[in-house]
Amino acid sequence: MIDFEIEPSVVKRVKMFHMVADGVMRPISREYDEKEHEEPEQYFQTMWAANAMADSSLDLAKKKDGDGAKDGDGAKARSPMRNLYTVITTEELCWGDAGLFLATPNAGLGGAAVMAAGTPEQKERFLSRFRGGQPKWGAMAITEPGFGSDSSQVTTTATREGDDYLLNGTKIFCTGGDRAAKSEGFIVVWATVDKSAGRPGIKPFVVEHGTPGMTVVRTENKLGIRASDTAAIVFDNCRIPKDHLLGSPEVRKEGGFKDVMATFDATRPIVAAMAIGVGRAALDFVRDFLKQENIPVRYGISPRRLTALERDFMEMEVQLKAARLLTWRAAWMMDVGKHNNLEASMAKAKAGLAVTLITQKAVELLGPLGYSRELLLEKWMRDAKINDIFEGTQQINMLIVARRILGYSSKDLN
Amino acid sequence: MIDFELSEEQQMIRDTVGAFAIEQMRPAAREADETGKVPPDLIEKLWELGVVVQSAIPEKFGGAGDTRSAVTGAVIAEELGYGDIAIATHALAPRLFAFPILEAGTEEQRERYLKKFAAPKFVPATAALMEPRFDFDTTMLATSVRREGAGLMLNGRKCFVPIAADSESLLVYASSDPNAGYKGVEGFIVPRNAPGLTISEREKNMGFKALATYGLEFKDCKIGPEARLGGEGGINFSRIMSESRIALAAMAVGMARAAYDYAREYAKERRAFGAPIAQKQAIAFILADMAIEVDASRLLVWEAAWELDRGEDALASSYLAKNYVANSVMKIADNAVQVLGGHGYIREHPVELWLRNARGFAALDGIATV
Repeated sequence: MIDFEIEPSVVKRVKMFHMVADGVMRPISREYDEKEHEEPEQYFQTMWAANAMADSSLDLAKKKDGDGAKDGDGAKARSPMRNLYTVITTEELCWGDAGLFLATPNAGLGGAAVMAAGTPEQKERFLSRFRGGQPKWGAMAITEPGFGSDSSQVTTTATREGDDYLLNGTKIFCTGGDRAAKSEGFIVVWATVDKSAGRPGIKPFVVEHGTPGMTVVRTENKLGIRASDTAAIVFDNCRIPKDHLLGSPEVRKEGGFKDVMATFDATRPIVAAMAIGVGRAALDFVRDFLKQENIPVRYGISPRRLTALERDFMEMEVQLKAARLLTWRAAWMMDVGKHNNLEASMAKAKAGLAVTLITQKAVELLGPLGYSRELLLEKWMRDAKINDIFEGTQQINMLIVARRILGYSSKDLN
Repeated sequence: MIDFELSEEQQMIRDTVGAFAIEQMRPAAREADETGKVPPDLIEKLWELGVVVQSAIPEKFGGAGDTRSAVTGAVIAEELGYGDIAIATHALAPRLFAFPILEAGTEEQRERYLKKFAAPKFVPATAALMEPRFDFDTTMLATSVRREGAGLMLNGRKCFVPIAADSESLLVYASSDPNAGYKGVEGFIVPRNAPGLTISEREKNMGFKALATYGLEFKDCKIGPEARLGGEGGINFSRIMSESRIALAAMAVGMARAAYDYAREYAKERRAFGAPIAQKQAIAFILADMAIEVDASRLLVWEAAWELDRGEDALASSYLAKNYVANSVMKIADNAVQVLGGHGYIREHPVELWLRNARGFAALDGIATV
């Protein structure tokens, strides 16, 4: 039955996440936007401890209840709607600060790659570290100077030498790469074992922090999400053991590249949710501002009698709703076991577009106040823009949507 | 718990009405638009399906006594819109009269008026909401009502009243206090031959051409106090408006989907420069945008409908949804004509018809309900 109600146990968790967003993230938002390459150490410690607490309450709840956590405790483990849950809580944290969200110490996209392509032994070996100790990060490095969207063009090579692989090449735009390298983390690197084989030759390799031959050569200066480190990494005969290859070493059509690409079907709704969080931050701010100024927003009157301000605000509001509904749908489909490649791309395309519109409009509406760095509004506009670009640009997502609705392969339509 | 799946019953209804739309309504659409006539047998067939009003009429009046669901209503409206908007609006018009009486009528009014809708044949009935002003506003109706002796007096003008000339009685919305917004609006059950009521010649519209619409003029039109819908309790006009917006938006989603489906299939067949035009990014992206907007529009409508079904008034959701869909259906229909190029401009493919129909949704209110 059609239903848009978030279950009470999730609502409770969302309130907690909101407290973090409002109480922990917002107060330091401007500071780490201005001081782009400084480490928000206190934030890292707070989030790491909170995660540890959440995990232990999960374990405790599991112990209490044998076959599953009780409602309210560890709702994440119990809720069958894991992807929906993640999407909803991600929106809340990014309402706080998208850059800090991305900077949060956790297994990140690197962990997602291990989950998608690793053996059970590799999952334990690489992921158990996130349950304790000091804050650490997992990252994933795909993009190279020569390509972003066209990920079949990987030139970073993985050459077999005895029981090792040697990695050579350059990666850029690696989210969390610097912190992964400086902590007890790892970076999953896409490299090719056979350039002539194209896509089937591209494999994910785990490179541990501190591995000789891996150097973070710079962290970028960005338009937004400045609290998140974006690393350029050079691999120069970087030697890794052969069992750091995630999954099978065979050059074959199935597995490897495709498996990791499949993780994007799961992460795309989450990235859409990030966008929605930022968009909602701007929308909520403008709504509160209008209320403060006693400017009414009159639902129900003839649309032709709306003021320009009302019309623009309502447009922002409905675009956000539309983007959120598409995103929830994509996440829900994953949770109920439906293939969601089309819907995930729809959600990502729409969210990026909608939130770019919303945040740019918000700055516009508030005139000189919106333009000032005294308010966070201009920051949210800068933070929002990345959602149109990373994890699949708007254009790539439109291309994926087009292929699916037309039944075309990438050869038919590119 | 969040769920995007229709119930099995809703899926069945969708498939049944959807099949009727494709097999019966669509083939009749072009001629209906050219001649300005809705085929009466289609109206009867839809009536026989029971989805117009009968399912909601209480059992004691001969209906099925089902609880109305705005979500189900939206599903039905979308499928009918997929078939043809004008035929759909004609077919669903009796709801405009029956449903507010069902919702807000006194026991007497329900007793008096609802029984006839259990009839086996189509019962023409309608409501009059819109007024012929460019800035017509449901929160500031110009049609007025005042007490006159023991009775009431209506003054004002209405436009775009579906099948008024065929309807024995009409539900007329008027305001007793234009400063009170929705709270000042009331409904009046007015017989077609009430003294002081004149029905105009049939209107000429850009689209919805198979649908007969009329203007009404009330000049000191006298009605009895029993004509006031809901008696002293009045009506929940805000809710009635939400129901109307959801129905219209849902019909528009159906028509938008029709335009998108048509353009997509055309683009896969039509060749230019050595390949189907669907293989060119410019066209492919237009189609992708249409697909996204159909889905986004539908979800917005469903969310508003779901709120109504929970007993909320859905004012903001339904208003935002309808305005959004009015825009999206316009863009989608326009793009459909564009994808068909010169052929889209000729009154043979349905896309130009959908473009003319699409423009109506921005202005029209109160001509359909769920």
